[in-house]
Amino acid sequence: MAQVTEVRNVVVIGSGPSGYTAALYAARAELKPLVFEGSVTAGGALMQTTEVENFPGFPDAIMGPELMDSMRKQAERFGAELLADDVTAVDLAADPKVVKTDSETYYAKAVIIATGSRYKELGVPGEKKLGGHGVSWCATCDGFFFRGHDIAVIGGGDSAMEEAMFLTRFGKSVTVVHRRDTLRASKIMQDRAFANPKITFLWNSEVAEVLGDEKVTGLRIRSTKDGTESELPVTGVFVAIGHDPRSDLFTGQLATDDEGYLLVDQPSTRTAIEGVFACGDVVDHTYRQAVTAAGTGCAAALDAERWLASKES
Amino acid sequence: MVATKVVTDATFETEVLKNDKPVIVDYWAEWCGPCRMVAPVLEEIATEYADKIAVVKLNIDENPAVSQRYGIMAIPTMNVFKGGEVVKQIVGAKPKSAILRELADYI
Repeated sequence: MAQVTEVRNVVVIGSGPSGYTAALYAARAELKPLVFEGSVTAGGALMQTTEVENFPGFPDAIMGPELMDSMRKQAERFGAELLADDVTAVDLAADPKVVKTDSETYYAKAVIIATGSRYKELGVPGEKKLGGHGVSWCATCDGFFFRGHDIAVIGGGDSAMEEAMFLTRFGKSVTVVHRRDTLRASKIMQDRAFANPKITFLWNSEVAEVLGDEKVTGLRIRSTKDGTESELPVTGVFVAIGHDPRSDLFTGQLATDDEGYLLVDQPSTRTAIEGVFACGDVVDHTYRQAVTAAGTGCAAALDAERWLASKES
Repeated sequence: MVATKVVTDATFETEVLKNDKPVIVDYWAEWCGPCRMVAPVLEEIATEYADKIAVVKLNIDENPAVSQRYGIMAIPTMNVFKGGEVVKQIVGAKPKSAILRELADYI
């Protein structure tokens, strides 16, 4: 039987703007939070973007990784303990709550969940097989390898537009493949994409298959209007169709909506379990911005602080 | 003391293809964030399994010949070489436990 050695006030699972802001506020409340940033995912989604132009306070934009590094340093300055490790299991109904990594077990009075989301895959034949061989889910990561290539970007939101624009630096051509005839992206991003001479749009189209043996040679495209098929010869495919929430760790313990997003008692960050709070993209699929994630991260820390205080009185 | 070794286009044949142990080649670049995150994980694996496998790093900016020969189109990519052939490929930064699972046959 494991001996409970130390019970932390607050453990934060995840990082990014929500996790780091929660850590900052919890640290300033003298709660000495322990933060599991993730071994290879520390910093969250913004680690894979270039200029962040819409986080308020930065009129000249700021690079995603730089913004995350600053948030991280800020939390650390006030006493947050950050571990670049992954949480592999939790028991949130236990008292104290249990949070495990591959090698250690930790105990906490309160837990803040800020695990964010991961790229959605198309789920079509050839996609996984050719991952790393022409199929990518991150333009800033892999764009470099596609100098002079004909590239397809799948998606219609801001991420897809950003990826498409970024890829024009490398590719010979960039074709945005979108299943409807209007984009979901913000006006400014749409306008920029339309104005870019290297970007063309394939409307009302979806990907039926990624073609190629050892490398991508093309895409089998299907019309969403009448089902007719065609082939798009490209050697690079960037999938930017959205994200799935990282809520798997909590299956069976916390309720989610149909798409897996954790449910909280809005506008608070309280989940159905006392002392467990959730914030950022693992909860939010309406706004999904760095600043809204930071906002809910702050709320989660305040909710946790008030809950802990109420337990003491 | 680092446990991983640096290889180049010039030393690739001797250090990797002719190595009697299985070799993990970590393709990386300075500008690749996820590569930096996976580096300490590979260091640990190199130390812990030093008797079973070798772990080497190849900078793709400085060594285009090897990168192109093996069709590297995303980094980090880790290729496991055995007897001069690629026997396994791991694409993308993964936590230590996931990498160890992929290497199970070689460690």
